[in-house]
Amino acid sequence: MADSIRFTLNGEPVEVGEVSPMTTLLDWLRDRRGLKGTKEGCAEGDCGACTVVLERADGRHEAMNACIAMLGQMDGQAIRTIEGLRGTDGAPHPVQRAMAEADATQCGFCTPGFVMTAYAYASGGEPAELETIHDALAGNLCRCTGYRPIVEAMTKVVGVAAEPASLPAPRVQSAAFDGRFFAPRSLGELTALRAEHPEALLLAGGTDLGLLASRSRKPPQAAIHVAHVPELNVIDAGKEQIALGAAVTYARAMPVLVESFPALRAYLARLGSRQIRTQGTIGGNIGNASPIGDMPPVLLALETRLTLVSVRGTREVPLEEFFTGYRKTVLAPDEVIQRLTLWRLWEGESFHCDKVSKRRDQDISTVAGAYRLRIKGGRIEDARLAFGGMAATPKRASHAEAALLKDGFEAARAALAQDFQPLDDWRGTAAYRLRVAANLLRRLELRLADPARPVEVEAL
Amino acid sequence: MKGGVHTAQRHDSALKHVTGQAVYIDDMPEPAGTLHAALVLSPVAHGRLKKLDVPRGSGIVAVLGPDDIPGKNDVAAVGSDEPLFAFDRVSFAGQPLAMVVATTLDAARHAAERATIEIDEEPAILDIETALAAKAYVQAPQTLLRGDPDAAMTAAPHKLSAEFTVGGQEHFYLESQIAFALPGEDGDIVVHSSTQHPTEVQHICARLLGCDFNRVTTIVRRLGGGFGGKESNASWVAGAAALAANHTGRPVKLRLPREIDMIATGKRHPFLYRYTVGFDGEGRVLALDAMLAADAGWSLDLTPGVVARALTHTDNAYWIPHFRAVGYSCKTHKQSNTAFRGFGGPQGVVIMEDALDRIALQLGRDPNEVRALNFYSEAGDETPYGQKVDENHLPRLWAEVKRDSDYASRRAEIDAFNKTSPVLKRGLALFPLKFGISFNIPHMNQAGALVHVYSDGSIRLNHGGTEMGQGLFIKVAQVVAEVFKVDIDRIRPSATSTAEVPNTSPTAASTGSDLNGWAAFAAADTIRQRMIAYAAEHFGAAQGDIVFDDNTVRIAKPGSNQVVSFDELAKLCYLGRVPLSSTGYYKTPKIHWDGAKMKGRPFFYFAFGAAAVEVAIDMLTGESRVLRADLVQDCGASLNPAIDLGQIEGAFVQGQGWLTCEELWWDKRGRLKTAGPSTYKIPGSRDAPAVFNVKMLDNAPAKEATIFRSKAVGEPPLMLATAVWTALKDAIAATGDGRTPVRLDAPATPERILAAIETVRVR
Repeated sequence: MADSIRFTLNGEPVEVGEVSPMTTLLDWLRDRRGLKGTKEGCAEGDCGACTVVLERADGRHEAMNACIAMLGQMDGQAIRTIEGLRGTDGAPHPVQRAMAEADATQCGFCTPGFVMTAYAYASGGEPAELETIHDALAGNLCRCTGYRPIVEAMTKVVGVAAEPASLPAPRVQSAAFDGRFFAPRSLGELTALRAEHPEALLLAGGTDLGLLASRSRKPPQAAIHVAHVPELNVIDAGKEQIALGAAVTYARAMPVLVESFPALRAYLARLGSRQIRTQGTIGGNIGNASPIGDMPPVLLALETRLTLVSVRGTREVPLEEFFTGYRKTVLAPDEVIQRLTLWRLWEGESFHCDKVSKRRDQDISTVAGAYRLRIKGGRIEDARLAFGGMAATPKRASHAEAALLKDGFEAARAALAQDFQPLDDWRGTAAYRLRVAANLLRRLELRLADPARPVEVEAL
Repeated sequence: MKGGVHTAQRHDSALKHVTGQAVYIDDMPEPAGTLHAALVLSPVAHGRLKKLDVPRGSGIVAVLGPDDIPGKNDVAAVGSDEPLFAFDRVSFAGQPLAMVVATTLDAARHAAERATIEIDEEPAILDIETALAAKAYVQAPQTLLRGDPDAAMTAAPHKLSAEFTVGGQEHFYLESQIAFALPGEDGDIVVHSSTQHPTEVQHICARLLGCDFNRVTTIVRRLGGGFGGKESNASWVAGAAALAANHTGRPVKLRLPREIDMIATGKRHPFLYRYTVGFDGEGRVLALDAMLAADAGWSLDLTPGVVARALTHTDNAYWIPHFRAVGYSCKTHKQSNTAFRGFGGPQGVVIMEDALDRIALQLGRDPNEVRALNFYSEAGDETPYGQKVDENHLPRLWAEVKRDSDYASRRAEIDAFNKTSPVLKRGLALFPLKFGISFNIPHMNQAGALVHVYSDGSIRLNHGGTEMGQGLFIKVAQVVAEVFKVDIDRIRPSATSTAEVPNTSPTAASTGSDLNGWAAFAAADTIRQRMIAYAAEHFGAAQGDIVFDDNTVRIAKPGSNQVVSFDELAKLCYLGRVPLSSTGYYKTPKIHWDGAKMKGRPFFYFAFGAAAVEVAIDMLTGESRVLRADLVQDCGASLNPAIDLGQIEGAFVQGQGWLTCEELWWDKRGRLKTAGPSTYKIPGSRDAPAVFNVKMLDNAPAKEATIFRSKAVGEPPLMLATAVWTALKDAIAATGDGRTPVRLDAPATPERILAAIETVRVR
């Protein structure tokens, strides 16, 4: 089976057969297509210099990082690069003009990435408010301007018409590129491939695994790309529970989650960047079992269950039993995560979450905390407190939970030391992590006491 | 005419930037046969190199080490202590040991990673304290002394002592280090380098290859950011590429991936300070005795200059009658720290800010009144190194920044807020700046330019300065436009090249437009004088009657005013066999410096500035946020207010990053673990001040004869971010009794802020 990768590039169909599907999109654009406008600034998805735009059939545009996307992931997509923004008459796009006119460029190396981010933002119909603009810009770093002129340009680019993309005809059957990049189109195909290729890496958005191809230059020998499996893309928002397919991106999951758990609005806006949330999936965040993933503490607090599937059948595992150690899980070699299911809040329940990092946006947590409380008549009747960054896995604070129910917040803060023995690293010392986790419970207490009073600097 | 001096002109490459058409070195077409290089780096901080073996496999063309260097294995900018490839001794984790040259980038990188390296590890010095204790220095301590600080300290009614540290800073230019070397005839080499110092690239390449300078040509069209990180560090990268091109006879590109760049290249110097300050009951400083210890890293690099600038900026805006500052250049087994925007100035000016805050707290006075009390007088006090402060905008800036920021009423409002706010506190601080402009080393203050006027009246401009985003090309083009009184788009700036203008200084120390502006002026003016002479002869007029104005030349004879276009006159001059090409040269006047005594006039002039910054902190997590910044910067008569505004804003946010979120972290074996943007956090758009008011001091043409009375702007505003740090200390003080001095080491990460809060609250 020798399928070729088909996608739309700057409005034109492209078919790639000779190049490794593990090649990064960025390398392919620059080295194979000679499109040098898209830059490599970091090769780890953090600086945004490589930002391109995914154009959806419904006219939505989403920014993404070309450096950590493998070519095989582009199959069936439509991509626009900085070279594809100019009009047919060669005139600069209004977004390009706005950036130039605002004096928003100095060295210019980050600029194409910012322009593409602005292009995606401009067509999204969002209000030209600072909050939204910063959210849109969180995945792009500029070292020269101090951002003021870029933000100013962003206020002037809203409402740019976005045309629906013309996508390649959708595939109905599994594709295999170069005999090692498998892209199944059904759950059956996925589990069969998984059974056949237990050595292959499961690839969803690739925002973590993509670094193997970009920064490490050691792409996986084989990958199974789960993004096109319909069963893994289901969002089922029921009355009591919400089920999210494991390949649902953060960008798609956010509206549903934020609607049910308003505290997630600010929290998820700090998870990666738009570029990352375009590609990254919640299933991937769980599957790679990082101790510092932002989503696992939230899902632990919300009593999430995972549905694991293989050719042998289906089983359900509570998330807290899924992680067994540093980057280790109960997932069998032939299994995949199909979906996760979490409870909505019941009467008397509330959900809260916090993240502390060196930089507000697009940083990895030093400590993340998520809490579901059931309060009746001013008394806390039930509590699920979960933390990230505090142990080898995201973990519930069972001692603190018990102490909270029995003796209140102060006892819960003290009990955290029994729950966690965190490590020192560049994000913080163990002592700081323990102190902050305790203080986050203090913040929670203040928030419950007076929800109107700001308890974060961001509120000022 | 469009685009003369003192007008807001857009960056000349802006449209190319936004369309992705601006060409950086990695975007250049690669000739057939181009090879790619990757470095083999030391995995340990200190030890003896026993064995190095790089696997030869498919695609590998050459593996180059110390023995493959035909010239000298030395890439030091100053002195000669820096081998390109380590031999015998390894001095930091990340030090280049060898280079793999291959047909593809991946082949080169994979082979480099698979190298077998055996090193007998030895104990490493990884911090300043240990180096001080071991007296491990890269150069002898430097002392700046005035008066009798010991006696003055003894006699002072009050004194206090303190200690604190500031961290280093990664440049994080978005374009990582890169060079592309192309071999020519007879061993000639053309090197495209992302460098701030094309001439040093030329010298280092020649030194490695053992050839004359005239065999090497450096070409630099633009850099994707420099900030000092491509002053000396770009030279060895270019040297390595040239070595490989020379060895293989093929074009070789060496681009450092971000992680390698961050591990292998130097950064801003971290500093440790200990000082004692003597003062009177009103807070007037009588004496300062300060120790500044810089972490130089493993080699000398530019540390002498950085420490000298820190010492000459310890006074900042303040008259200190008795003064001693001793600078130590500590040798550690880390990256060799280097130039970074401000070049020691930022690390100098923080000392007095710390001291004055403590003095004010101790005396129960407003720290900003204490600051103003200590300003240099307008009568022309001398700095500790003996330079008269004979132009002084401090009182005016202070008044303006207080007014613009509505300081008094906000101070009262913030104090009231802090009294009732349980976990959020706000802080407000003012900061004055005096920053010396010129290279501390007098001979570096020279520049050359080359201007051609073609027979159609179009003009080509070349000079020794590099364009790294700061808008130098457009500013110098404005100068030339002004000389000829022609539209700016008649002038074509061209890539910096050692073949066009030789023996240049780095584009650094904020001097780019000062030096190259004057040099270009001189070149253009030479041509203009020739054109005037010829026009006078041709039209039978007096030279004084030839007037250039608005793309034309007027010949004002009694009774007849003739006007020709500039283009026509260019053509006439050509036909009249007038040379329409000229070099121009400039050397900064008045400066002199005795480095041993640390006395003289190192700076042509001072640039001044002032800032008012408000921050908020969270007492539970230590998180902070900059709520507002009001800046006033002295740019003299700005050559280009649009470009200068961008420099001020960008520098401030970069300085803010240095003092807050940007933290370099090495493990216990000296390996840098924050080697990418996922772990090393420069400010993002949300981190810039939420309210950001920036203006240039108006009606303040430079007193000295700078180019069109403008002033340098590249570095000074970075130091205005000092007010972020002092405002954070103000907020932290408010978490306690308001009288307890705050030690806040930089970068003020949430963890450090929380730790500082706890020291204030425990008492």
